[in-house]
Amino acid sequence: MAERIVSRPDSLQIGPVRGRGIGWNGMVMLIASEAALFGYLLFSYYFLAVSNPAGWVIESRPSLTLALPNTLLLLASSVAAWWGDDGVRKDRPGQALGGLGLAFVMGLAFAVVQVFEWKAKTFGPDASSYASLYFLTTGFHMAHVVVGLVILASLWLWVGRGFFSPLRSLPVSNGVVYWHFVDAVWLAVFATYYLTPYLGLGR
Amino acid sequence: MSPADIALPGEGPVPDTETRLARRPRIAQADDPALLRKLEKTWETKPGLYGWLATVDHKEIGKRYIVTAFVMLAVGGLEAALMRLQLAGPNRHLLTPEQYNELFSTHGMTMIFLYALPVLSGFSNYFFPLWLGARDMAFPRMNALSYWIYLLAAAFLYAGPLTGAGPNDGWFNYVPYAERAYNPGINQDIYSLGLVFLGISTSVGAANFLVTAAKCRAPGMSINRLPIMVWGTVTANAANLVVVPAVSLAFFLLWLDRNFGTSFFDVAGGGQPLLWQHLFWLFGHPWVYAIVLPAMGMVSDGLPTFSRTPLAAYTLVALSTVATMLIGFGVWVHHMFATGLPGLGLAFFSGASIIITIPSAVAVFAWLATIWLGRPVYTTAFLFFASMILLFVIGGVSGFMTASVPVDWQLTDTYFIVAHIHYVLIGINVFPVCGATYMWFPKITGRLMDERLGRWNFWIMFIGFNIAFLPMHLLGLFGMPRRVYTYGAGMGFSTLNLIVTLGSYLFAIGVALFFWNVFKSWRHGEKAGPDPWQGPTLEWAIPSPPPPYNFAVIPTVASRHPLWEDDLGEDEHRSSIEEGMALDQGKEALAVSILDAEPERILKMPEDTLAPFSLAVAAAVLFVGLLLHLWWLAGLGAVGTVLALAAWNWPRRKLLEREPAPHEGIGHG
Repeated sequence: MAERIVSRPDSLQIGPVRGRGIGWNGMVMLIASEAALFGYLLFSYYFLAVSNPAGWVIESRPSLTLALPNTLLLLASSVAAWWGDDGVRKDRPGQALGGLGLAFVMGLAFAVVQVFEWKAKTFGPDASSYASLYFLTTGFHMAHVVVGLVILASLWLWVGRGFFSPLRSLPVSNGVVYWHFVDAVWLAVFATYYLTPYLGLGR
Repeated sequence: MSPADIALPGEGPVPDTETRLARRPRIAQADDPALLRKLEKTWETKPGLYGWLATVDHKEIGKRYIVTAFVMLAVGGLEAALMRLQLAGPNRHLLTPEQYNELFSTHGMTMIFLYALPVLSGFSNYFFPLWLGARDMAFPRMNALSYWIYLLAAAFLYAGPLTGAGPNDGWFNYVPYAERAYNPGINQDIYSLGLVFLGISTSVGAANFLVTAAKCRAPGMSINRLPIMVWGTVTANAANLVVVPAVSLAFFLLWLDRNFGTSFFDVAGGGQPLLWQHLFWLFGHPWVYAIVLPAMGMVSDGLPTFSRTPLAAYTLVALSTVATMLIGFGVWVHHMFATGLPGLGLAFFSGASIIITIPSAVAVFAWLATIWLGRPVYTTAFLFFASMILLFVIGGVSGFMTASVPVDWQLTDTYFIVAHIHYVLIGINVFPVCGATYMWFPKITGRLMDERLGRWNFWIMFIGFNIAFLPMHLLGLFGMPRRVYTYGAGMGFSTLNLIVTLGSYLFAIGVALFFWNVFKSWRHGEKAGPDPWQGPTLEWAIPSPPPPYNFAVIPTVASRHPLWEDDLGEDEHRSSIEEGMALDQGKEALAVSILDAEPERILKMPEDTLAPFSLAVAAAVLFVGLLLHLWWLAGLGAVGTVLALAAWNWPRRKLLEREPAPHEGIGHG
């Protein structure tokens, strides 16, 4: 006689618990797709760099005076965001608000500095394909920073209103991992636009 | 796998203080009337306009996808019919060259972007949860969003052709002709922004399919028990998720070049026309697999049903599906053999394009073996599925030929390529989709399609198709270029073109019979019952049409063919559809572990909501504003988009995205 199998779990978690739930899988999908987008942007850069004659990069040695500290600032904001997330997970509202708030302020500062960086350029987006790509790629990144700031601000507001507990905190984990992505992808953009010319690419 | 393995939740005993976070699911019988009433009330969509706009039921969304895609198929077909009239004889002047350019471009846009993938998404949307033994897709609201954006993007794209400003540079829209200097109208702006808009729908849908297949399955449905259609859809959408950004980016760059003087593709400013081709085909070649792999899955699941035997070499077919896509990421340059690339590059991409025939051949031999080993029942669906094998081989061989660089140089931009693409897209997409319609129409509507009419439908389509497209190979070999609006009388193309036109009209009559059969059977077809074909998979275990909650209790799956276990007698274990978890404390579904499908979590599913519809409308307003340079309108759309997203993402107690507020009586644990 064949035996019928019936799944009878003793206990199942209900809804997202801690950082786990299908919302997390959804965030992974979003990040994969966005990472691909930046991959194509950087592909365009390298393709144009190698298929153009020397001198394609307008600034053969891009100034790192603002860009390098700004990059470090953005990376540090990831640490702050992580610390805020940790505060939610450990039920320490002060740490949570402090971390998320600090990440927001640092992200905002990054954006403001980036605007100055744009202003300081001697060329506009229509100057050449290099200029077009520079402004487009950093502009796309800026758009992601703005979205990330909106997310951090929302999380700060929600944490402040006591929405989450250590066990119900998936929106916080998701928002913070998005911010980590925004920071990580900047490293690739920064390395491409500010560091590879020093190696001679497109120069 | 022992029953104990399946039942193991992997969480251990739960402390009392955390009971709100976990519970032991109640086990119920699928025919418990009280349970059915409760589920019906929980899951049904409200009647009226609100319900129509707000529904997140995957079956409703799937039906809309399929119907919309079929409308696009009919529209694209009419465009082709006009072109074939123009080409029926030499030196005809039914259409001007400009009109002809717009027609073939619009035809390509319609068939490739607005029919071929959406129709497969429609079937997968409708059937994913039914195949997987789930109550809905992982993200029902995103599902609704992807449909609304598809619909609005289709309307946006068709605003062009309807106002005489359709795309006019072919569906792959090469620069520099698409740049403003050569193409000053609004045509290319509509096409560019429209495809960026449509890309959102595709990406959102792709993410949803992937997470649904990974997490929302019946317990026991480990990945070696998935229907091949699920493998096909997952593979296709994994590709879509990472390649759609390439084409969205390409079209966005084009729009910037045209509107803001950037130089991405403009040689004068250090841009590169070949950058367009790379970005387009980086997307485009994986995409052609995305629009055939799910359809191959339809055949892989359909043929066994009508051959009354399991699919031969299941594991090889599943793996070859994935292998096709992996290699498919490395073949895009075969669209660019004639652009003067270095020899080493040509050799690599030529090699990859030849190797990719191996996994395709695995599938072909598996299908042949399935028919060989089975006792085929020659239904209309079977005819469509089986004929696809032949068309696939013809289309595959012509593709294999052009994978060889010297042959490609001879044949590129001739009618040989037109023949190839139509054998592939009609042969591997339209024929399986027709077969799938005959097979699954009874599940969707509760009624069978007319088999007698079906025979006429199939044979007229099959004969018409081959009369229309087989001679195109010859036309190409004789040197007739594609995308020319006419040809001279003495060039030797006249007779073959007349045959092609006659064949295409015969084919159109066949397609019209198909639509007529659908239309007629929807109302007057014979009642189907739950399982008209004695199918092997879970969707045939529930009523036709399925209730809003799909499965009254969560099934437990013990094999690849839950409904054939008694007949096959392969294993002592049997799947359970009659008894399982009730999950009736609100709108609930089950999440499982990715590989072994062990129960992991109870999901709280979202109610019907207007958020997806509002978000799609706001995004459409944004795109219209960008198109017309009406920045206030674009700003309005952007604000609407932000508001809709805020409403959507605001953490909800009902979905357990946040804690109940303390005054509701449940304190912290």
